[in-house]
Amino acid sequence: MSITIALAGNPNSGKTTLFNDLTGSSQYVGNWPGVTVEKKEGRLKGHKDVVIQDLPGIYSLSPYTLEEVVARSYLVKEKPDAILNIVDGTNIERNLYLTTQLIELGIPVVVAVNMMDLVRKNGDRIDTNKLGEALGCKVVEMSALKGQGSLEAAEAAIAAAQEKKQGEHPHVFTGSVEHAIAHIEESIQGRVDAQVLRWHAVKLFERDEKELQELQLAQDLKTHIEQHIADCEKELDDDAESIITNQRYAYISRVIDRAVKKKASRHALSVSDKIDRIVTNRILALPIFVVVMWAVYTIAMGGTKVSIGTMATDWTNDVLVSEWICGNLGAWMEAIGCAPWLTGLVVDGIVAGVGAVIGFVPQMLVLFFLLAILEDVGYMARIAFIMDRIFRRFGLSGKSFIPMLVATGCGVPGIMASRTIENDRDRKMTIMTTGFIPCGAKMPIIGLFAGALFGGSGWIATSAYFIGVGAVIVSGIILKKTKLFAGDPAPFVMELPAYHIPSAKNVLHATWERGWSFIKRAGTVILASSVVLWFLQGFGFVDGVFGMVEDNNTSLLASVGNVVAPVFAPLGFGTWQGAVATFTGLIAKENVVATFGVLYGFAEVAEDGAEIWTLLAGDFTALTAYSFMIFNLLCAPCFAAIGAIKREMNNAKWTWIAIGYMCGFAYVVAMIVYQLGMVFAGHFGVGTVVALLLLAGLVYLLLRKNKYQDSELRVPVRSVAAK
Amino acid sequence: MKTLKDAKVGETVVVARLHGEGPVKRRIMDMGITKGVSIQVRKVAPLGDPMELNVRGYELSVRKADAEMIEIA
Repeated sequence: MSITIALAGNPNSGKTTLFNDLTGSSQYVGNWPGVTVEKKEGRLKGHKDVVIQDLPGIYSLSPYTLEEVVARSYLVKEKPDAILNIVDGTNIERNLYLTTQLIELGIPVVVAVNMMDLVRKNGDRIDTNKLGEALGCKVVEMSALKGQGSLEAAEAAIAAAQEKKQGEHPHVFTGSVEHAIAHIEESIQGRVDAQVLRWHAVKLFERDEKELQELQLAQDLKTHIEQHIADCEKELDDDAESIITNQRYAYISRVIDRAVKKKASRHALSVSDKIDRIVTNRILALPIFVVVMWAVYTIAMGGTKVSIGTMATDWTNDVLVSEWICGNLGAWMEAIGCAPWLTGLVVDGIVAGVGAVIGFVPQMLVLFFLLAILEDVGYMARIAFIMDRIFRRFGLSGKSFIPMLVATGCGVPGIMASRTIENDRDRKMTIMTTGFIPCGAKMPIIGLFAGALFGGSGWIATSAYFIGVGAVIVSGIILKKTKLFAGDPAPFVMELPAYHIPSAKNVLHATWERGWSFIKRAGTVILASSVVLWFLQGFGFVDGVFGMVEDNNTSLLASVGNVVAPVFAPLGFGTWQGAVATFTGLIAKENVVATFGVLYGFAEVAEDGAEIWTLLAGDFTALTAYSFMIFNLLCAPCFAAIGAIKREMNNAKWTWIAIGYMCGFAYVVAMIVYQLGMVFAGHFGVGTVVALLLLAGLVYLLLRKNKYQDSELRVPVRSVAAK
Repeated sequence: MKTLKDAKVGETVVVARLHGEGPVKRRIMDMGITKGVSIQVRKVAPLGDPMELNVRGYELSVRKADAEMIEIA
């Protein structure tokens, strides 16, 4: 018979390390149904019949965050055979708070006190026997990072699952609360399983929204329960939720007094605190932050001698994919006499398309490696601490800084770096806006138009960055006021975990996990899109006969371009060339330049397309060129980035919302710029009116009051003292 | 009413009462800021917000807007 053990614990308690340790490579990573919370499970090493179910890292089983709701509905509904609760021994007081809730669930619990090596090093003592007696469950010691005690903890959980023995519920609450809970238990008896009776009773006492929704109690029963709660609240002069929380912590304090001996006094400075005194120092924090970011950027994306990421990616693109694979494969396929279309499909369609994406992998691995170190060390939380003030104004998180910075190199790792943002709304907002930042591949587009129409002015590139950052800010403010991002306010109450020396195992594991998920994406979505676009670009009707075309102008893509072109007319570039270039930009943004080259009859052009400057200057005016540039900088990113958005959103609806928003925003901005620009040229028409209306709409969306206002304007509505 | 927002860096204060309600209040309490607990204000972020606290032996950061809900003795 198979046994399921749920792994539960606070964030930063070492849960990931333990999970990797217990399951090795037999992991399955998916998603909890309906939400974007990652779900991981695996089989215990050496025990084929034991499934380890990793739960999201949580501080409590309150009904407010996505992670907590996912964890508790799993525990209550799926009823695992045992819970292995990992507790950070160096931060035991707050960690046990979750434990007091887990032991009410009627499932055998084993508490594993982690980081015991550090506890001992600090000169502290934790008496696991006394702790176990007080909590009514087995308590074991471990040091997950050193691999000590992990397997023993899992075995203890298996034993507890087989024994099925339920510990006695400790007396966590005081007399009057226990009295009210007993009454509630009595009134809901028979409606819920006897095992989980206490859990439900406590939740009802707290007036837990989710619980009330799910139990669907009759009105008279609710009134009866409410009476008991109100009596208790009156007696203790506090609201029920606070009473429960206060008493849990009071109970933990009593347990700790008995079972834990701390050497240092309260609020004493640890080594980590001393490091933090410098790292997040009022004066030094920002310079240190700049240096760290500069180092990450230089190593992963920069163009210097230490830029390992860039060098590896250049090599992969130029040597591995272009020369070795494309070159040799093409020559070989020709040599064995493959049909030219097949060679074309494989070499130009599949290999070149996927290769363009695979080329990012080395750079991404280097970047993810550096980010994993920052995360494991504990610096990531400090970044949020330092940058929060700026970013929260635009509905973003302090941690959004990293995705944005990385995106100036490439949007794909930028979007993927958003995974370190825990808050669901902040993460989605970051994913939606990161693509606006001009990435490296958009530089050739800027170079092309700056050279062709603006005399190579450096201001064009500068303005592109301003437009990108402006788009992020404007979108952040607009989006945070929409219904999409409304909902329960997410408080910024964040733990600043103690600094750790990063573990090589954790860092490599995290790096590989992110890299691999991208490679998988490249093999599916991106592969398919590249093949389709290659087909449209390479085939067409010539003199009524369908076949491969030499000249792009006769391709299917050109036909599509012709149909779509009028859509871009209000933006000033309603030519099919403009439309086609925009499409090929979806494979990779730098393709826009190459496409213009082909369309103007050049087989190959320089990176900034210098050969076609004069021709382009004939077809575009300064204004239409600028409008085209804005649209291409802000609209849907390349397939690789769309793939990353899909991977990180993990939800088809949100992926389309993100892409739709980006395209819509790009269209509106380009149109406003073009139409209002035309006014200066003395042209005034319907377009001008529409543009003015759009501009007014944009300003309204920016300035309107937030209906779904959260923390900043909150007035303390109910305070028991005021009653 | 004196709140945590008014506490000075380095000061150790005792929580008298929590105001407000809903998710923010619950989250603050879940993290260990409950009536009677002693909190030390460690520092304020370089841009003036949020603040870093030491509570129940670990470091926690809260925004000043939220610290305003925490009444101190």
